[in-house]
Amino acid sequence: MRATTPAEDLVRGIWKENPVLVQLLGLCPALAVTNTVANSIAMGLATFFVLVGSSLLVSTFKKVIPHEVRISAYILIIATFVTIADLVLAAVVPLIHKELGAFIALIVVNCMILGRQEAFASKRPIGRALLDAVGTGVGFMIAMLMMGTFREVLGNGSILGVSLFGDNFEPWVIFILPPGGFLTLGFILLTFGWWQERKAGTPRIRQWPHGVATPSREEAA
Amino acid sequence: MKELPQVEAGGTQPSDGPPPPPERPATSSARLVATLAAAGALAGLVIVLVFGWANPKIQAHRAEVLRQAIQEVLDGPASVRTYYLVDGALSESPAPGADTITAEKVHLGFDTDGDPVGYAITGQEPGFQDIILVIFGYDAEADRVLAMKVLESKETPGLGDKIFKDTSFVAGFRSAAAPLEGVKSGAGSGSEHEVDMITGATISSRTVIGIINHRIEALDPVLDESGS
Repeated sequence: MRATTPAEDLVRGIWKENPVLVQLLGLCPALAVTNTVANSIAMGLATFFVLVGSSLLVSTFKKVIPHEVRISAYILIIATFVTIADLVLAAVVPLIHKELGAFIALIVVNCMILGRQEAFASKRPIGRALLDAVGTGVGFMIAMLMMGTFREVLGNGSILGVSLFGDNFEPWVIFILPPGGFLTLGFILLTFGWWQERKAGTPRIRQWPHGVATPSREEAA
Repeated sequence: MKELPQVEAGGTQPSDGPPPPPERPATSSARLVATLAAAGALAGLVIVLVFGWANPKIQAHRAEVLRQAIQEVLDGPASVRTYYLVDGALSESPAPGADTITAEKVHLGFDTDGDPVGYAITGQEPGFQDIILVIFGYDAEADRVLAMKVLESKETPGLGDKIFKDTSFVAGFRSAAAPLEGVKSGAGSGSEHEVDMITGATISSRTVIGIINHRIEALDPVLDESGS
């Protein structure tokens, strides 16, 4: 593996290897709680806190944690941070905590977080692990905000509860319902993939691989 | 299952292929258990500390939500007294050993002259998506509902959530006579028992009406006795 610079560690997760848009990790919260911008921000912040906190601890104790029980130890660390986030949200912003419901507790099983511990924090120095966690956390928040904004604007005609279009707008309720999460993610991934392909300059219509001739209509018949 | 490649005892490497990962000395079971136990104990300690800080705030918020809801459904009483249901009668203190938070209770509101205005009663039943929690004001002497407020609901946005967003549905409970009877919007005969249901949210509206009727049915004998 090529050695990376600190700047690369920080920037990588934000866009090029965005956890949701590129790696398709952490889709459960991205689909479930992005129905409003406020929920997306709260979920993004909670996940950011858990990710950065656990990366810091995992990297600090990487030499103390025996290899055989490392996953159990990571989950224990992550679960502790999630419980703290859960309690703090319930105490400070009870209304948002109520909206997010069980999904706060489910941050524990967000594979994006465990993935960063196993793939990065457990092998790198503390500073690098922090940079990587901050980058990935910010990337997750960006993806959550994109989905939350799209869904709240179309599904409720508002941003952060402030009405945008007045009374004449008929909201597309489907966008704040669960199917809207899938549709929104699909649209965003499609745009993202199209944009990346255009940037890379790859042909839009792919050839059949390895010189296999494309069957012509006559042959197929 | 695929067989794992054998590592040679002498540590000699075949010249081709990547070098195998360095061998890890096996960790003793005692150390594994000790590591996880220590981590668990630390995690527990941290959580207890945070809980100690957060719990009073969480409870205070819950109490505040309930207090506001009582004010709303009893139209701003001058004072409120809470009674617990003990052996089918109202009592000022809960049954011995019962928890004040989970014990069944009603809240009696009084006006400025000290006359009772009505009871605030909570009730919950499964709606279309999840449990709907409702609080309503009830005048036990006149057998009338004073007002209704939905405290918790996860009903479908845009349809079922009209049980608390649709102001005309909520207003329909004001001064309705018990037992309530849900009717299609605009199809009622004008009886004072009738509450207009929401088109497209029949199950959710029926649940709200059901909760109120069931709670009144269960509590009316107790309240009538205590109210007089």
